[in-house]
Amino acid sequence: MVKEVMTSNKAVAEAVRLAKPQVIPVYPITPQTTISEYLAQYVADEKIDAKYVKVESEHSAISAAVGASGAGVRVFTATSSQGLMLMHEILFAAAGMRVPIVLADANRAISAPLNIWNDQQDSIAQRDAGWLQIYVENAQEALDTTLMAYKVSENPDILLPSMVCLDGFILTHTVEPVEIPDQESVDKFLPPYVPEHAFLDPNEPMSIGNFADPDYYTEARHDMEVAMTKSMEVIQKTCDEFAEIFGRKYGLVEPYKTEDADIIFVAMGSLCSTLRVMVDQLREKGEKVGLLKIRAYRPFPTEAINEAVKNCEKIAVIDKNFSFGIGGALYADMKVKIDKEIYGFIAGLGGRDITPEAIMEAYEKTKAPENDVTWIGLKEE
Amino acid sequence: MIEIRFHGRGGQGAVTAAEILAKAAFKDGNYSQAFPFFGVERRGAPVMAFTRIDDKPIDLRYQVYNPDYVLVLDDGLLNVVDVFSGIKDNTEVTINTTEFKGSGEHEVYSIDATGIALDMLGRNIVNTIILGYFAKKTQAVSIDSLLEVIKETFPGKIGELNVEATKKAYEMG
Repeated sequence: MVKEVMTSNKAVAEAVRLAKPQVIPVYPITPQTTISEYLAQYVADEKIDAKYVKVESEHSAISAAVGASGAGVRVFTATSSQGLMLMHEILFAAAGMRVPIVLADANRAISAPLNIWNDQQDSIAQRDAGWLQIYVENAQEALDTTLMAYKVSENPDILLPSMVCLDGFILTHTVEPVEIPDQESVDKFLPPYVPEHAFLDPNEPMSIGNFADPDYYTEARHDMEVAMTKSMEVIQKTCDEFAEIFGRKYGLVEPYKTEDADIIFVAMGSLCSTLRVMVDQLREKGEKVGLLKIRAYRPFPTEAINEAVKNCEKIAVIDKNFSFGIGGALYADMKVKIDKEIYGFIAGLGGRDITPEAIMEAYEKTKAPENDVTWIGLKEE
Repeated sequence: MIEIRFHGRGGQGAVTAAEILAKAAFKDGNYSQAFPFFGVERRGAPVMAFTRIDDKPIDLRYQVYNPDYVLVLDDGLLNVVDVFSGIKDNTEVTINTTEFKGSGEHEVYSIDATGIALDMLGRNIVNTIILGYFAKKTQAVSIDSLLEVIKETFPGKIGELNVEATKKAYEMG
């Protein structure tokens, strides 16, 4: 185990090196680019024994990933923003074909207007593709989650691909101390992928995901829902196993000072760091406030959320994405599944910095609500 | 916690400087964080980068608005961006310049980092040099850790030249 100061992008690349994928088809895009560069370097330096496939687009990157994963090998790819948009069609195919790909998404806003900075609209737009989506808060969690994602996705009861979502620039380009596990421990935690079910073998020809008429399609989709629901248990078990070996604890959600809180912030990703500091500051002033960090957005951990928010009066959900006429995606899901007084806040779009003042605005507007959904820090023309 | 804001232009190494400082502070036994804010992705455009150093893990994920230190790699930026934005009474501003001597309003240190760079590196890359000066002035980071990280960041001859230039700036601090 060594500790080094690095970006979340490098932390992801380190996790990939330790996970030993055999095929890496990847196309560069800001702010994911350094992941693809580190991996190209690792393959060139023979630190990873993988086929690095240089493709002409993200549509090809994910298509190559599906083909390789379908042939029964461990696969990694990464993208961001418009790249993930271009993958959209094949993301659904990957999930439907039940190939356990792990993809890192450097969360970035969507055009137009053109914007390279962070929000989470890109991965939220893939919400219903059938991928597990885990949002990470820092570089350490980016590394650890990438390793855990393989273990969950490759579980024979799950076989759904995983998306590790890390905030563009705020994480991808921020250096901070990271513990890099040793290969021996990772090998123990994550043995080589051995497909148990369908995979493409020239000696035993079969096809995957090609056609299902109305007699079968519904059941194929329902099977995915069953696996997605089951994945909650597998994610928790995987987090527990990870904690046993590496000492760092994760879960579907991470409650912070929620037990006696009147108001609980709910958010995903790097914003949770600042929110935790704000919770401490507000607590010093006597405010009973807590934070619920959502790590697993898909599967949606209704039970774990209910357990964490059961004693609170109100919930303030901060989303870095927006659904027209509804509000943020996480806010909308919370409204459907959680029986509490919930307010939604839109913040951090296209890289707008989420400052303590912005968070205080959300807090005050939860205490004295004016609207169900509020855009924070909106400039008035 | 101390917070440092770098101002540079794309390609001048402000982001690398912020990262080198964070890595050196970590070598000193502190926690640290460094990150850029890019305007547009092209050479010459104004760029900001930030470093935070603390003896505890750092949990802040927003930009530095009230820096303890400001480092300006290019005095041409003084006409383009407000490098004094949000500074506190005791904020120390260091500018790579031969001309600007401060307005009297704020504490400003001037160093001719470009002169040292052209003389010792043969090109106008001042990021390590300004860090040497900063290390001496502030003692926020040890010169030993700083030089080690510079060597790790730039292997070979370039690293050696940068170490010498950084030492020179340290002596001037």
